Amino acid sequence: MKKNANKANIRLLDGNQAAAEGAKLSRVQVIAAYPITPQTPVTEALSEFVETGNLKAEYVAVESEHSAMAVCTSASIIGARTFTATSSHGLAYMHEMLHWAAGARLPVVLACVNRAIGAPWNVLNDQQDSVSQRDTGWIQIYARNNQEILDSIIQAYKIAETAYVPVMVCFDGYVLSHTEMPVDIPSQEDVDRFLPPYKPHTILDPANPKNYNLVTLADPRVNAEGILCHGYMELRYLLQEALQNSAETIMQIGREFGELFGRNYDTMFWKDSMDDADIVIVAMGSLAMEAKVAMDLLRENGLKVGVLGLRVFRPFPKDALAKALEKARLIVVFDKNISYGSEGATCSEIKSALYGSGVNAAIRNFIVGLGGRDIKARELADAVRQSLLSLKTGILNIEYPEWICYI
Amino acid sequence: MAMGTRDCKHICDESSPAIGEAGKTGEWRSLTPVVHHSECIPAKQKKPSCFLCWLYCPEAVITKTIPIQINLEYCKGCGICMQVCPAKAITMA
Repeated sequence: MKKNANKANIRLLDGNQAAAEGAKLSRVQVIAAYPITPQTPVTEALSEFVETGNLKAEYVAVESEHSAMAVCTSASIIGARTFTATSSHGLAYMHEMLHWAAGARLPVVLACVNRAIGAPWNVLNDQQDSVSQRDTGWIQIYARNNQEILDSIIQAYKIAETAYVPVMVCFDGYVLSHTEMPVDIPSQEDVDRFLPPYKPHTILDPANPKNYNLVTLADPRVNAEGILCHGYMELRYLLQEALQNSAETIMQIGREFGELFGRNYDTMFWKDSMDDADIVIVAMGSLAMEAKVAMDLLRENGLKVGVLGLRVFRPFPKDALAKALEKARLIVVFDKNISYGSEGATCSEIKSALYGSGVNAAIRNFIVGLGGRDIKARELADAVRQSLLSLKTGILNIEYPEWICYI
Repeated sequence: MAMGTRDCKHICDESSPAIGEAGKTGEWRSLTPVVHHSECIPAKQKKPSCFLCWLYCPEAVITKTIPIQINLEYCKGCGICMQVCPAKAITMA
């Protein structure tokens, strides 16, 4: 592939505009979305693109998020590239149809602008909404900045349409969605070269009638042609297999993207100053950028700190993470979500990844930034300093997380 | 399992409308309809008439013929034909 065929076109975009540009450049054909804070500007931008003729797509103004995902799955099965965006309660309302999209193996792409969930009402940022959809069978990618939002949406279509698994591109509300940053917008010509038209794995066509996703019983059945067809459990196995194999696809597509656009995404997580680090901060989304500031503060104190920024949460790259963390003596995981009664979701994943790997680091988990609570780099650094005690006491694990809040 | 489903190339549940696509659903039946042709209106009158069982059968396994016939390979034994028969010519056994 030719490198950077077209000159850089850098504009100041907020995260929502970056998401809308990504969808437009991906030549989405059907958009069904319902406005919700802080995602609303995504729907506004896309409906404007359609109305002004800048995007040849059908914009379906639906009455709810549940319907939005129902329209996306239906349009996807007749062969259209589909897009939706939502946040928080909207994503929760979509929950049933998220399962439906994954179970039917439809490559829908969704931008989730991360926002806290009620009660009580809160429109500000945390990652509880998308983390709560962890087990729906969607690939989840988290962006650290607005460039990654745009790039990830374009890649998401190629990933989804290769693995036949829907992809959720998540980015932090306000921190990214309403903050302008310089974003290099690729040319349509280059994106077309990267992203071929959508080829459905099956297609609903009146000329060739088919039944989809009917009641399947516990056991496989022999169809009219005498073939033993998958039962419910075999189809679920295939979804798991697709997600397991998708890590390779995600990295391969990230590499192809890098070759064409000069920004390499050949990784499931980002590593900063990890080469000599024996203390590692783990964070997901924009928090990974904040963590780099904390890392610099701690390095000024002579501590060998690195940052591991989780990019792909599903599939979770267990083996690669265990390898990346092999030199760690202390791992401090910051979560903008909590699995109530347990701990932060990414911390559980890290612990699970390290089991049996030989990595015997102390792990500390901090719950931060729920409902838009400001997270200061200084506070992250203090939490790491406080965790250094674990190296003296040798207590590797604590049952429950600590919270950075006023209680 | 000796026999797997890898020959099935679908990645979501998918089928084409065809008789028997859902398997031999007659195996689900616990009660079987029995037609008493001596009571059945088209059989008695030797004219195409009534056929309410044909009309109401949710599985479309009853023929609109004289005499009527029920395809027991796919009849699930719901008993609707017995319920709708004005001549009480169908019983469930």
